[in-house]
Amino acid sequence: MAWTEIIEPKKKLFDLKLKEAWYYRDLLFLWVKRDFTATYKQTILGPAWIFLQPLLMTLMFTLVFGRFANLSTDGLPKILFYLAGVTIWNYFSESFTKTATVFKDNANLFGKVYFPRIIMPLSIVTSNLVRFIIQFSLFIGFIVYYKYIGNNQVMPNAMVWITPFLLLIMAGFALGAGMIISSMTTKYRDLAFLLTFGVQLLMYATPVIYPVNALPEKYRVYVLANPIAPVVETFRYAYLGTGAFSWTSLMYSFTAMVVILFVGVVIFNRVEKNFMDTV
Amino acid sequence: MSSVAIKVEDLSKLYALGQIGTGTISRDLERWWASVRGKEDPFAKIGQANDRTVKSDSNFVWSLQDINFEVQKGDVLGIIGRNGAGKSTLLKVLSKITSPTKGRISVDGRIASLLEVGTGFHPEMTGKENIFLNGSILGMRRQEIQRKLDEIVDFAGVAAYLDTPVKRYSSGMYVRLAFAVAAFLEPEILVVDEVLAVGDAEFQKKCIGRMKDVSVNEGRTVLFVSHNMAAVKSLCTKGIVLKNGRLDFSGTQLEAVKHYQSAQSASASFIHEGSIEEAPGNQHIKLLRFRAMPLMGETITISSGLKFEVEFLNLKEDINLDVTFELVNMDEVVVFHHGKIVTENKDSKRGNYLVSGQLPPQFLNAGTYRFNLIFGENQRFGLWWKSDVVMFEVENEIFGTNSKILPGVVRPDIIYSINRP
Repeated sequence: MAWTEIIEPKKKLFDLKLKEAWYYRDLLFLWVKRDFTATYKQTILGPAWIFLQPLLMTLMFTLVFGRFANLSTDGLPKILFYLAGVTIWNYFSESFTKTATVFKDNANLFGKVYFPRIIMPLSIVTSNLVRFIIQFSLFIGFIVYYKYIGNNQVMPNAMVWITPFLLLIMAGFALGAGMIISSMTTKYRDLAFLLTFGVQLLMYATPVIYPVNALPEKYRVYVLANPIAPVVETFRYAYLGTGAFSWTSLMYSFTAMVVILFVGVVIFNRVEKNFMDTV
Repeated sequence: MSSVAIKVEDLSKLYALGQIGTGTISRDLERWWASVRGKEDPFAKIGQANDRTVKSDSNFVWSLQDINFEVQKGDVLGIIGRNGAGKSTLLKVLSKITSPTKGRISVDGRIASLLEVGTGFHPEMTGKENIFLNGSILGMRRQEIQRKLDEIVDFAGVAAYLDTPVKRYSSGMYVRLAFAVAAFLEPEILVVDEVLAVGDAEFQKKCIGRMKDVSVNEGRTVLFVSHNMAAVKSLCTKGIVLKNGRLDFSGTQLEAVKHYQSAQSASASFIHEGSIEEAPGNQHIKLLRFRAMPLMGETITISSGLKFEVEFLNLKEDINLDVTFELVNMDEVVVFHHGKIVTENKDSKRGNYLVSGQLPPQFLNAGTYRFNLIFGENQRFGLWWKSDVVMFEVENEIFGTNSKILPGVVRPDIIYSINRP
């Protein structure tokens, strides 16, 4: 007898179930849509928040770190420097924090119906990608403005073409790390408390508000050991023309991402089949 | 052609009781160490059968144990059993929401499950958007939903509100829309929980009709979990009974219902066995026995009437002792809350009392009921109370040509008179 499906306790260690996920692709896009509808309904400014959020953050950084603390911005206009960092960092941090609570946020839904669970993190990364593109256009607008008023320090170069690759690395990190955290929070709730704090800490460990070049030589190694750092630096280098960029560190990021994503998928797969019993 | 749609072999599911989280890391390590050495799970060993009435000394319980059955294509299988018998767990395992601990289920065909209607509905989104969202969650493709959109809208009767956010819907409309989406699922195998117990009577009729359509005309396999014996009898072709996580009976739906009901009548009574000290109660009252039984006949039906009696030990002397019976139906509606002063002139004695009451035939509607007991002083001060003392089923009876359970809390025999003035 040819069974179409077997439900058994043990599953393969690494199983993305891509075929099944592909079947549910409509669901992914509906969720992306739902995310936008739900987030901005009944807010006065609506989708304008997508612009406002990075703008306000940049403004705050410019004031606090740029003016008061007088941190270096590699000779770049402060607004552009921070906006670049905030734009690419936000993509990671938003995707990561949302993915990290995916089991907890959707416990009710997951308890009632089956679909490949991986769809949920994927939809989070996708809907944040849409958000990123909108914020990115804001960033481009600022670059155009600065070029227009004759700023010669801002030098977008050919590296802009690897932006999709940078996004891929960020998405991979957000997914991988997010899935690890969310899988572990189903059992050990303490991690949820660490999450907000951890993301904050990670931001300071990533050159978002300071350039790697401004660091003393001996500390650079440590900051660049953070696999997210090269992505942010490369992004800034591509669009603004200054930053510590090297293919070696970018490849290091990519490799680290693949490892974390792999571990994330393995743990996620293990947890998704029984997590309903523990939440 | 008859072939197997679902084959369940040695299916078992272990659940952990109590707090999960404290000491889990150390247990996880222990368990991991055992598996490394190729030994059995040290915590699985002490698991016991799932019987809620017996306090287990293990923290793990077999919610399902060695379940074996087969469902033929085109069968409508009714899954019945008391609360906690493992029905929901079986559904969850079949729906892939949680995975089994042991055993396997082999499935031939696409399986879709309906444990709830309106899963994933978002209040801010319009009716139409929610149809698509909910349909996709249940495993339908976009084009498929598009094709059936008109039918779904028609079935739910919400055409005028299609572009209104569902948060503005009345609860009835909401449920109708939710069910409509589910009703047009077209999997080969459909797993349904007792979702039919929603909506108004007319809509329920429509739903049951639709379920019948699905199984009879479209030849699909349906697994149906229900407390509603009348629905099981009329909808299903086969039935299985679960008891404490084990398969208690398997056969035709009529045999299964009969088996369940004969076993059920035992649970309509509570008898304390063991020493008086251990009987449920407190320093004033000790509950010894409670029974709900038919006034006439073998099983409790709409026309059998109901007799209930309680025996208890009273330890508080010289008061106006009273006992109150509270009958609650499955919708948590209190059918009655009625009591009796047992000792009138402050002359209660230490010792046993037996209080019984009778409900006339043609009073209770069909359904599952629970008794709560409240003991008090002078119908003013509570001495002790206990909820869910017993649970019992009132079997449905055909009213005219209608074999469904009629809506309503009670089903009285009303005396009509018709005149033409």
